[in-house]
Amino acid sequence: MLSYLTRRLTESLLVLAVMSLVIYALIGLMPGDPIDIMVFSDPEMTPAEAERLRAIYGLDRPIFERYLAWLGNALTGDFGYSRLYNQPTLDILLPRLGNTVILMGLSFLLALAIALPAGIYAATRPQSPVDHAINLLAFAGISVPPFWLAILLIILFAVTLGWLPAGGMGDGRDFWGDLRYLVLPVMALTIATVGGVIRFMRAAALEALRQDYVRTAAAKGLTGRQIVIGHVLRNALIPVVTILALQMGNLFSGALITEQIFAYLGMGKTIYDSVIGNDYNVALAGLLLATLTTLLANLLADLAYAWLDPRISYR
Amino acid sequence: MAVKGTSMRKLILPFILALAGAVAWPASAAEELRIGISQYPTTLHPSREASVAKSYVLAMTRRPMTVYDQQWELICMLCTELPSIEAGSAVPEDLPPGVEGAGNGRGIALSYTIQPEATWGDGTPVTTRDVLFTWKAGRHPTAGIGNLELYRRIHAIDVIDDKTFVIHYDRISFEYAAINDFQLLPAHIEEPIFDAAPEDYRNRTAYDTDPTNPGLAYGPYRIVEAIPGSRVILERNETWWGKPPVFDRITILTIEQTTALEANLLSGNIDMIAGELGLTLDQALAFEKRHGGDYDVVYEPGLLYEHIDLMLDNPILQDRRVRQALVYAIDRAAISERLFEGRQPVAHSGVSPLDWVYYKDVKTYPFNPEKAAELLDAAGWTERRGGIRHNAAGKPLRLEFMTTAGSRVRELVQQVLQSQWKQAGIDIRVRNEPARVFFGQTVHERRFTGLAMFAWGSSPENVPRSTLHSEEIPTEANGWSGQNYTGFKNAEMDQLIEAINLELDRPKREKLWHRLQQISAEEMPVIPLYWRANPYVLPKWLKGVRPTGQMASSSLWIEDWTVEGR
Repeated sequence: MLSYLTRRLTESLLVLAVMSLVIYALIGLMPGDPIDIMVFSDPEMTPAEAERLRAIYGLDRPIFERYLAWLGNALTGDFGYSRLYNQPTLDILLPRLGNTVILMGLSFLLALAIALPAGIYAATRPQSPVDHAINLLAFAGISVPPFWLAILLIILFAVTLGWLPAGGMGDGRDFWGDLRYLVLPVMALTIATVGGVIRFMRAAALEALRQDYVRTAAAKGLTGRQIVIGHVLRNALIPVVTILALQMGNLFSGALITEQIFAYLGMGKTIYDSVIGNDYNVALAGLLLATLTTLLANLLADLAYAWLDPRISYR
Repeated sequence: MAVKGTSMRKLILPFILALAGAVAWPASAAEELRIGISQYPTTLHPSREASVAKSYVLAMTRRPMTVYDQQWELICMLCTELPSIEAGSAVPEDLPPGVEGAGNGRGIALSYTIQPEATWGDGTPVTTRDVLFTWKAGRHPTAGIGNLELYRRIHAIDVIDDKTFVIHYDRISFEYAAINDFQLLPAHIEEPIFDAAPEDYRNRTAYDTDPTNPGLAYGPYRIVEAIPGSRVILERNETWWGKPPVFDRITILTIEQTTALEANLLSGNIDMIAGELGLTLDQALAFEKRHGGDYDVVYEPGLLYEHIDLMLDNPILQDRRVRQALVYAIDRAAISERLFEGRQPVAHSGVSPLDWVYYKDVKTYPFNPEKAAELLDAAGWTERRGGIRHNAAGKPLRLEFMTTAGSRVRELVQQVLQSQWKQAGIDIRVRNEPARVFFGQTVHERRFTGLAMFAWGSSPENVPRSTLHSEEIPTEANGWSGQNYTGFKNAEMDQLIEAINLELDRPKREKLWHRLQQISAEEMPVIPLYWRANPYVLPKWLKGVRPTGQMASSSLWIEDWTVEGR
């Protein structure tokens, strides 16, 4: 187990190193650099001045040389400054990572809490009116465009009823007050996520219910609840865990629209703004963080397989 | 197989409770004003990277030495009186040896006095020490201050006393008294940071590392909270010397999605939407129809000028007759009326009719399809095949039309223009790009082949040197500097631009301006479309907000904003 973990972590580090070079090169290949934007917005700027600023920002050097300099600094924990906010990159990213973990974590947990029982409930009553109703709601959640849903929620709960703030974030001084800002974005994200997980869970549970061990368990006299919790759920979770691990990457990109509409400061919006705004350092660090999260989530999923299925072991 | 389950209800319960707990959403306090804008400032340093969002916020915390007001007249804000040659406070002089200037050996000495009571928020008076430091930081080659040219053109500053100083400028222009971009920095806070490491100043400035430091502001407000990307909160600055503002607290919320911005207004989360960075015109028009009874929607056409740059390297567009035909073939008045309900007037040149130098007899191009056809025939595009004109060599009259993808209003206008040009036998191929690529590369490096639609913002009586002078054509050799993207070259235009800058006599300058507009209208390197209007959505109880129609933010006069019947 320990050697397996060591191997996987080493592989992850290699992937990160390669990805950092690829992302750096791709960002470097994008049209225009930060100084081009300044030149465009300032007609007074002379060519000499533009060159001076390029030299100050190190943009006059070859891309590989710039990458090596960035890598050297990054290994010491210095990820440079954000061009858009003129603050250290990590000072910008870390609070937003926290915000995203809260937003996505809450909606993820809520989606799981709804989808797992709903998926199993539907699978145990296939083609029943309840199954049809759950399927209908699941497809509705999958089909509704997130931006439309978000606007609809704002109109209903903020504009018409006036119960909740339409957007923004709390100031960290009042826990319950701050929670109000989370309700609508969490609701929007949960509705968008829950349908897919219900469908996965239902399909996996249906498959498990057809297995011989379920029939054997029933023949042994176990109750329906015992069979579902002790046998069906555990087996059905294996494919679902894979899907959930892959969805971890969405932690950074999936909430972009929700973050924009609710003016919520999270990673999705930050990475998008940094790419559009030529904020190299933030874009690079943010995308690497997204890669790292996906790698770690997949590692956790692999470890979860062994817990869910004792036949799987790692060497 | 039946499974009992009550878990769903249990799961939903906390959510309902959270909703119920939120019912008591507080209304905005009477002494607070919550403003929605669609962009967060990139930096809060006054002299680094110009941005509309930054100007809007900082206009409440500080004041420029000079600025153009709502009547587009140059006024003093931090200074007490504008220097003038007539009053003897602006004195033309010979340049000392080694100072190049504009090449004619003449410069000007300008006397300014800082408002006597001007004081930074921590109680330190605003003095000439701040002036000297601002100049020092501004012209330092590695400090990263944006408008280096401004500071380099000042070849000396004489300090008379704590409040009075004389700037020696290396050239004379008609707007010699304007030092709008000379943004004072607090020497007592910024100088030690700068001196420690000038090359790292841009990253260590207190404006970004300690934005709530009261010593950074001398305006009616100071920043008490700044969360990058989210909001800025301002509270009264106790050391403000001018008229006290009405609001104790101003919260500026950044909501990039304009539909959400509108919803936030309706829900009461914000009180108003700033016109400088708010709703698009079509949104504002729709909003006014639905909620006009509850809000004042103010449209201020100004110096934001939507136009189409024509690539003059393209052989088709090198023919002036084709350029003129392109304008005759489109009905800009109908576009203004039907798409914008007349809120965005047709532009006949790059000079606004609201500007005193506007030439009212400038050649105009009303919708005239017959005239367009006549000009195209004369230019050799006579044969129509499949509705498209071809020349004698069988080449179709085909042009590429680009603008920013995803910009709803622009794309709508583009479709109308495409269809009108098709009627005239001109085949327009649309190829739009994200703003990042369009501005960052295509326009900037003159990669468009036909038409490029975008907007210019400017100040009053803005000499179009960067857009019409032949030395301002961006090339690889000059590092893509300049904004003459069309590649327009006209010797008389170059001379006029130079002459206008140096002409101090208003009537004489007016004549030069008229000739400049005549050439521009005749040569038509750029198709003027319309003057864009910024829609301000204001609550009925808020009075005194006066948009300027130019680069100066309406928030520069926030102390004039009042509350009536809130």
